[in-house]
Amino acid sequence: MTQSFRLPEGGLIDRDRRLGFRFDGRDYMGYAGDTLAAALLANGVHLVGRSFKYHRTRGILSAGAEEPNALIQLGEGARSEPNLRATQIELIDGLEARSQNRWPSLSFDIGAFNNALSRVLPSGFYYKTFMWPASFWMKYEYVIRHAAGLGEAPRGRDPDHYDKTFAHCDVLVVGGGPAGLAAALAAGRAGARVILAEQDSDLGGSLLGTNGTTIDGQPAAQWIAAARAELAAMDQVTVLTRTLAYGYFDHNFIAMVERVTDHLGEKPGHLPRQRLWKLRAKQVVLATGAIERPLVFADNDRPGIMLADACRTYVNRYAVRSGNKAVVFTNNDGGYTAALDMAAAGVNVRAVVDLRANPEGPATERAEAQGLHIMPGSAVVGTSGEKRVKQVRVGRVDPGSGRALAVSETLDCDILAMSGGWSPALHLFSQSRGKVVFDEALGAFVPGDPAQGAHSAGACNGAFGLADCLAQGHAAGRDAAKDAGCKPGRDGARAPEAENHGFLPAQWAWEVPSDKPPGRGGKAFVDFQNDVTANDLRLALREGYHSIEHVKRYTTTGMGTDQGKTSNVNAIGIVAKTMGREIPEVGVTTFRPPYTPVTFGIFAGRDVDGLLDPVRKTPIHSWHEQAGAAFEDVGQWKRPWYFPKPGETMHQAVNREVKAARDSLGIMDATTLGKIDIQGKDTAEFLNRVYTNAWSKLAVGRCRYGLMLNEAGMVIDDGVTARLGENHYLMTTTTGNAAPVLAQLEEFLQTEWPDMEVFVTSVTEQFATVTIAGPNAKPLLRELAADLDLSTEALPHMAIAPGRVAGIDARIARISFTGEMSYEINVPASCGLALWHALMTAGAKYDITPYGTEAMHVLRAEKGFIIVGQETDGSVTPIDLGMDWIVSKKKDFIGKRALSRPDMLKPDRKQLVGLLSENPEEVLPEGAQLVERVLPKPPMPMIGHVSSSYHSPNLGRSIALAMIKGGQARMGQTVLAPLADGTTVTCKVVSPVFLDPEGTRLND
Amino acid sequence: MIESYLRQSPLAHLALAAHGPGSGKPAGVHMAERPFPGLVNLRGPGDNANFHGAFKAAAGYDLPVEAGATAGSANTTALWLGPGEWLILDARGGPKSGPRIAESLRAALAGISAAVTDISESRACIRISGAKARAVLQKGCPLDFHPRHFAQGQCAQSVLARAAILLHMTPDETAADGPAFDVYVARSFAEYTWRWLEDAAREFGVARGER
Repeated sequence: MTQSFRLPEGGLIDRDRRLGFRFDGRDYMGYAGDTLAAALLANGVHLVGRSFKYHRTRGILSAGAEEPNALIQLGEGARSEPNLRATQIELIDGLEARSQNRWPSLSFDIGAFNNALSRVLPSGFYYKTFMWPASFWMKYEYVIRHAAGLGEAPRGRDPDHYDKTFAHCDVLVVGGGPAGLAAALAAGRAGARVILAEQDSDLGGSLLGTNGTTIDGQPAAQWIAAARAELAAMDQVTVLTRTLAYGYFDHNFIAMVERVTDHLGEKPGHLPRQRLWKLRAKQVVLATGAIERPLVFADNDRPGIMLADACRTYVNRYAVRSGNKAVVFTNNDGGYTAALDMAAAGVNVRAVVDLRANPEGPATERAEAQGLHIMPGSAVVGTSGEKRVKQVRVGRVDPGSGRALAVSETLDCDILAMSGGWSPALHLFSQSRGKVVFDEALGAFVPGDPAQGAHSAGACNGAFGLADCLAQGHAAGRDAAKDAGCKPGRDGARAPEAENHGFLPAQWAWEVPSDKPPGRGGKAFVDFQNDVTANDLRLALREGYHSIEHVKRYTTTGMGTDQGKTSNVNAIGIVAKTMGREIPEVGVTTFRPPYTPVTFGIFAGRDVDGLLDPVRKTPIHSWHEQAGAAFEDVGQWKRPWYFPKPGETMHQAVNREVKAARDSLGIMDATTLGKIDIQGKDTAEFLNRVYTNAWSKLAVGRCRYGLMLNEAGMVIDDGVTARLGENHYLMTTTTGNAAPVLAQLEEFLQTEWPDMEVFVTSVTEQFATVTIAGPNAKPLLRELAADLDLSTEALPHMAIAPGRVAGIDARIARISFTGEMSYEINVPASCGLALWHALMTAGAKYDITPYGTEAMHVLRAEKGFIIVGQETDGSVTPIDLGMDWIVSKKKDFIGKRALSRPDMLKPDRKQLVGLLSENPEEVLPEGAQLVERVLPKPPMPMIGHVSSSYHSPNLGRSIALAMIKGGQARMGQTVLAPLADGTTVTCKVVSPVFLDPEGTRLND
Repeated sequence: MIESYLRQSPLAHLALAAHGPGSGKPAGVHMAERPFPGLVNLRGPGDNANFHGAFKAAAGYDLPVEAGATAGSANTTALWLGPGEWLILDARGGPKSGPRIAESLRAALAGISAAVTDISESRACIRISGAKARAVLQKGCPLDFHPRHFAQGQCAQSVLARAAILLHMTPDETAADGPAFDVYVARSFAEYTWRWLEDAAREFGVARGER
């Protein structure tokens, strides 16, 4: 297809690089440098979508980020992305794009019946209609979502990868237009570390869309090139194009997204698709430009009705005529610039319809001089044309009534270029919590005082003349650098110079005068994306929604993916006028990040798959893997859960492991237990304070079990602490609590007891810890640690000694979590695997059996040993656990006073007991609730719950631990466990120690 | 000795043989495990002249007292970790260097309120260097790595992605080679950290092995 609307020359496109693309199944050509919108317009395509609610035909409105209509589904399959603005999509060869919100096709769309039905679809329609019955909302929603617009989320996982990075700078400049470039140059020359972020593919901003502009006496393009070169030559300056600063948060934290490969035809695999920048800037220069406003008149939404400056940009930047015959409709001088540039490009400009009774201004004068047909004091009061605007009707405005008189002229056209003035892009400024103020002369909100280290410059600051933009940018960059602590610029350079034409003078009319009563004669759209009309706003006000925030939510104006970039100020103006208030009284709605939508991929970054969360592995992990262990996540650790042999079920494997530890020899990797090295002369007293029991008399070479409470008296950790030397101890903690316990101890030392001479250092990872348990543990160790005296006299239960095991320096502790004769062997972590191999080899004669966490749980449950976090839940005291024996009556410790509170002494507190089900085969589910009497249906009074439950192969039956109200007084009684499946298990309350209550197995 | 040939460095199981970035591209980043550094945690009264004097007598240099500062001799380097806390390291020390440093410090500090703890086994050391080393670290660590803010010889405790790290910008690289950092991370996090760094460095080209 020919690009029949492409100008024969000019523009910033690369005519040597022709690119083929496809839109809605048809093939087109464009050039490198085009956006999708520019290339479509070059091919005469205006109709690009259907509107959200009424399914009206819509065309390209703008040439930038504010585009409400031209939302595109880009790409296919898992890479498909919805709701992208055609005005920002850079054209690449082979690009596949589809229009959205139409079925079965763009030109014939069934949903367009909504337009015919619009009388019954007023604002608030959904609220009013689907209120009742509330339970039906899910059904309504299903249908509504299907009928509603916007594109489709991609199916399948995202095949691309994304990057995230932190960044820092002295001065962030947002926007690479004239003000931003001047700011970056000034800050960079002052030696500041500058990041310049420009969302477009190129620097220049509004200059790219102009023609004949000069700065410092040279053409704008040359000035931009010189600025680009100067910035590139400064080491401390980074220029990021295709980078959108989308959010401005506290303490000058700016979130930006960089499109790294989206614009490349061939996407190099090593590059991320996009990158999230988490930037901390000392100072920010906002040079975000301004957005042209549409005019609100009847049927102002037809394809071919565009923003005037966009038409100008398409001519000058992309060498595209938007159409053949144009009418320009403006309320300000700026509209004439567009008319002149279009006329220069060969567009037949039929007329400039000007709301102002006395058009004036430099561009107006040039248009007059060139003989353009100007219709002063006139308004477009209606349009026609289904898939493209065909005609506009113009009426004279009656200065007395402020209404338009009957149509005076009907003009054929295929373009209606409108300009309703300009709105500074305040989004980031507002997100930074800066307050905005209304500027009557500009007819727009402008930045007030900044709330953070932000400097606004250029059009976003209400400066629309080029000279003002450059001067403000220069000053903002210089000041920002100074405020960031940089020395004043060595150059003392002046701001770049240029002519200073803005778009004023103008005459504001938030809604264009009409020849019909309000709401008649066609829809006057305010918000194109959400199909909100001026009449909808008035309806909301009539129905009592007077706060602008309520009007916004009720009508959904400004709530589309464009967040009302083109609509908000018009909406506020119409609301103010209807209510008879001033605009500042009405106020603005909140600007929220992101400025334009960003993809979820950037937030995931590389935190996906194997890098989702750290997987902590012990030095012996590779052996476990090769042995086919099933792993259990314990915090971030991977621990062997059980070691199934071929064909074994989990139940069989665990039974085998449990039996082996009792009958011969089990071996377990216990490396993950927390280990804290404690040194200092006050350590014994320190332990006295943090544990419930007394530590003063623990001898060197001996170990003691401790319970740690919080201030409320609740158990938070337990473990064995060994005294290694006079002032040297080694504490062990539960796996999950290693870091919190260390932090707690450090906090006590630093804040409560700074006078104590105690130093705590984590050595969890310094040692690999292997436990061997069972009757053959001692014979095996004797063989591998020949020079160590393992006699009970030399190394009794709860003793620790240094020695060499299999030639490796080790600490050997005779402690037991299984109730068996058991040794914990600590060796340097790097020797863990070697130790394991040595033990496995030498232990073969005892059929040494690796066991995992599940067997460990069964073994300890047989002995009634608690697991913190399983029997306890933060509301359990040592007394509740029947562990009074470990609570010192003499000394003070953390949590002691709490234990004497009346509530702690109540006899009906939940207490630890054992449970035996009547049927020995029945294994209670953990968490099962216990009752005295089963009622026909819940609720029924509950007296406790099952905390641990297993099949015990050593006892040949099921066992369970439970927390039951007044449990210790219920020994021998029966309790009932009604299960979810309707059955009830009858259980007897017994001692929690099921096996070897005398502890004879711990000894020879 | 069984120890010397069966010792496993934290990343030994990954079999990280040296290789280039592939397809003839230059490597923006070099990554290597530095196995068996000697690392000793030293706690003591930072305001006590006897303590500082005893350390200097043993080590031959003053303990650094500024945040993030380091000091050292040909044998060891002291990294400031916090008020009253240092890491004494010998990056190329070998398996026995930690215990050796600890022993000599304990002897030197006898009678002074201080704690000396060998933690050599508990950390992995990953050396990352090259022109893009800063950019790679910056992806996961919120500190500012600009040369104006993070200089040769400086150290800091921070995070890299989801792992706690100690970072040391080593002084033994010339500016021409680009910066070099030693990333110390808890042993169990070593594989995660290595894989994360390698993935983050992919766009710059990664060579395995020290430069």
